[in-house]
Amino acid sequence: MATHRFNETIPSELDAAERIQDRIIALLEQEGFSAREVFGMRLALEEAIVNAIKHGNRMDPGKTVRIQCEVDPTRVYVEVEDQGPGFNPIDIPDPTAVENLEKPGGRGIMLMRAFMTRVEYVGKGNQVLLEKVRDPSES
Amino acid sequence: MAAGQRRLDIEDAGDVTIARFVDKKILEENNIQVIGNQLYGLIEEDGRKKIVLDFSNVEYLSSAALGKLITLNNKVKSAKGKLRLCGIRPDIYEVFAITKLNTVFDIKPDRDQALAGF
Repeated sequence: MATHRFNETIPSELDAAERIQDRIIALLEQEGFSAREVFGMRLALEEAIVNAIKHGNRMDPGKTVRIQCEVDPTRVYVEVEDQGPGFNPIDIPDPTAVENLEKPGGRGIMLMRAFMTRVEYVGKGNQVLLEKVRDPSES
Repeated sequence: MAAGQRRLDIEDAGDVTIARFVDKKILEENNIQVIGNQLYGLIEEDGRKKIVLDFSNVEYLSSAALGKLITLNNKVKSAKGKLRLCGIRPDIYEVFAITKLNTVFDIKPDRDQALAGF
């Protein structure tokens, strides 16, 4: 069973974020993940990596984001680590609460959780682990 | 792509303005900013009150794009206008449903139904 693995450090630039997302998505497509799984993975990667660049590193060109990725035919595992101070996801208010529904921010983590099998913030909260276990009924 | 590039096709149908997204992905921050500015301009500069946003080309969007849509919806409401969304494919509709934004926005299946009775 083929496992694709890589570990890459990217600058805090949105173009670099898009390129690495495309690289991971190409591996999912190569392994035959369903269109829905690919959609969810792209969304989760976008949220995790853009959060790392914008909120973690605050677009500081002197800081980088480390991305570790493993893709095999049964699962995708991605770690995204920024060089920011970290945060506690419990501090993010529920964006679906009535008082927050019309506020523009705060939905990224919720979307990651909805589309991934596991989303975990570790350490001081500057590292997020994303795991998607393939659903055999979808492929 | 240049930041100033047009991101929306604008069309008028009577007193309704239809804005169709040109991009397949509404993800990248600069693009979202350009789209937001073009949409806000429809309300704030052109004084349009009824806007249909056509998503039929859109395959991906991010939470940053949702944020822009919410701000637009709030601007439309404060200008006493109305906003409807249409042509949203099932994957993206799920994003609206997860975040409960399907209860905030007036969403119609297609352009004809969005224009009906608007």
